[in-house]
Amino acid sequence: MKRFIGFVQKEFYHIFRDRRSLFILFGMPVAQIMLFGFAITNEINNVDIAILDRSQDASTKEIISKISSSEYFSILQHIKEEAEIEEVFKKGKVKAVLYFEKEFSKKLIKQHTAKVQIVTDATDPNVANTISNYINSILSNYQEEQNRAITLDYQIVPQSRMVFNAELKSVYMFVPGVMTVILMLVSAMMTSISITREKELGTMEILLVSPLNPFQVIIGKVFPYIFLSIINAAAIVILSIFVFHVPVNGSLFLLGLESVLFIVTSLALGILISTISATQQTAMMISLMGLMLPVILLSGFIFPISSMPVPLQVISNIVPAKWFIIIVKGIMLKGVGISIVWKETLVLLGMTLLFIGLSVRKYKIRLE
Amino acid sequence: MKEETVIKVEGLTKVFGDFTAVNKISFHVRKGEIFGFLGANGAGKTTAMKMLIGISAPSSGSANVAGFDVYTQTEDIKKSIGYMSQKFALYDDLTVKENIRFFGGIYGLSKNRISQKSNLLIEELGLEKVAHSLVGSLPLGWKQKIAFSVSLLHDPKIVFLDEPTGGVDPITRRQFWEMIYKAANNGTTIFVTTHYMDEAEYCDRVSIMVDGNIEALDTPKNLKTHFGSDSMNDVFLKLARS
Repeated sequence: MKRFIGFVQKEFYHIFRDRRSLFILFGMPVAQIMLFGFAITNEINNVDIAILDRSQDASTKEIISKISSSEYFSILQHIKEEAEIEEVFKKGKVKAVLYFEKEFSKKLIKQHTAKVQIVTDATDPNVANTISNYINSILSNYQEEQNRAITLDYQIVPQSRMVFNAELKSVYMFVPGVMTVILMLVSAMMTSISITREKELGTMEILLVSPLNPFQVIIGKVFPYIFLSIINAAAIVILSIFVFHVPVNGSLFLLGLESVLFIVTSLALGILISTISATQQTAMMISLMGLMLPVILLSGFIFPISSMPVPLQVISNIVPAKWFIIIVKGIMLKGVGISIVWKETLVLLGMTLLFIGLSVRKYKIRLE
Repeated sequence: MKEETVIKVEGLTKVFGDFTAVNKISFHVRKGEIFGFLGANGAGKTTAMKMLIGISAPSSGSANVAGFDVYTQTEDIKKSIGYMSQKFALYDDLTVKENIRFFGGIYGLSKNRISQKSNLLIEELGLEKVAHSLVGSLPLGWKQKIAFSVSLLHDPKIVFLDEPTGGVDPITRRQFWEMIYKAANNGTTIFVTTHYMDEAEYCDRVSIMVDGNIEALDTPKNLKTHFGSDSMNDVFLKLARS
């Protein structure tokens, strides 16, 4: 035990004396969560729009004031001619133009129909789509208010309610993903690098010749990373609760346990990587290409798995991160317990055992 | 008085697939002896040594190191030997003292013993000024001297040195060999592989491996007489070419 403590202490010296490790360990998590939380977002906020109002009557004024009072849009300018539309788009600031036809109010009352055109700058299709949807919903909202007095014989009234993330905040979606990426990065990449470093420097040989047995060496090497990963996971959860107000609806304790499980999965992967790579650079490349890309692309972190082509959907099943993200989303946003996420947990557990088994075998072969 | 034998090797063999890296080698090493283990690259020195230090299982034959069997008692062997490899073996990002403390720790030395040993070592090597500097900032010669001292921390019966003086200047090599003599005088057995034939002259006895076999084993003096050469270098070349 005393030997083990000395070993772990040495590992901490390595980590704290290496600026790169320190940055990856503590700089990255904070930077990533801030980036994803503040900068990278699917929401729209204060989008500049222009108005081309041919009617200038009561109805259009009311609609315009509704739009400008929402936090999503701010009206940058009013234009007079259709020809100006393209011009304002070319300047780049205005993302949408709202074009009311002539005699809007009159037509609305007499013919029961009036036209308003929403022209969006689709150089960024997602944003254009979102803007168009938001304006549409403001318009239908207005219409509903106008119709309240009138009762139609048949009417379908869709009432959509977004559960678990009513305000559609993207940070809700990013927090589980960022947590996964960081735990994977810290646990798998850092351990594989730190083990291959000993191999590269020749100190691994010295350790193997010492009375420490090989498994003590490996456990001694990964232990600090388990500890640091847990701190990281906690920091991310705290940041998301207090800075981004992401709720943790489920049990914090369960979230913690699941995180520890995922950390162990990643560590096992890291050890496996270290058994197949001879140098730190190889270990780093394998971790980045083989782990980070699937985590970001195939785990459902950013791109929904259900809209991927079937072969990719199948492949996504072998990405441990996919299962962890499902678990974290379930616990944080939906507030579910182990009775719901036990399947995902079992998958992760199975993967962990597989990785550990494989690395033990590889490791033994290497010792021969 | 009969001298104590600390390494007994009989017909030790290591086969990798079709390739026989070490072919039935046999030798004995006495306590306090400086035993030179020579051979060209790929002759099987490192493989043989790995079997003796318990990190590689032999294919056949028997070997007994410090009284323990290489098949069944590798853990005991590891406790009774010191090892320093050809690659530099201390941690660059730890200070001299931290390295000593770490290696003392993994060999199970008590805290008092470690601090006592580390003070002694620092004093002997004249490292007072750099005791708290990172090892990475020291010249290679110093590092190797420290590494050797560290391999002796737990008072091993035998020290295995795998090309310990690679890349250091002649003066440092000379000083290094003085340290080796001193350790041998204290009763520690030294098992050393080297490329430098002049170093072979410093050994009590040398064995020369060629293609997995031990082709010659005797004192440097006898070997030179036997091969009619005036230097170990010449002996080595004659053996390697035959």
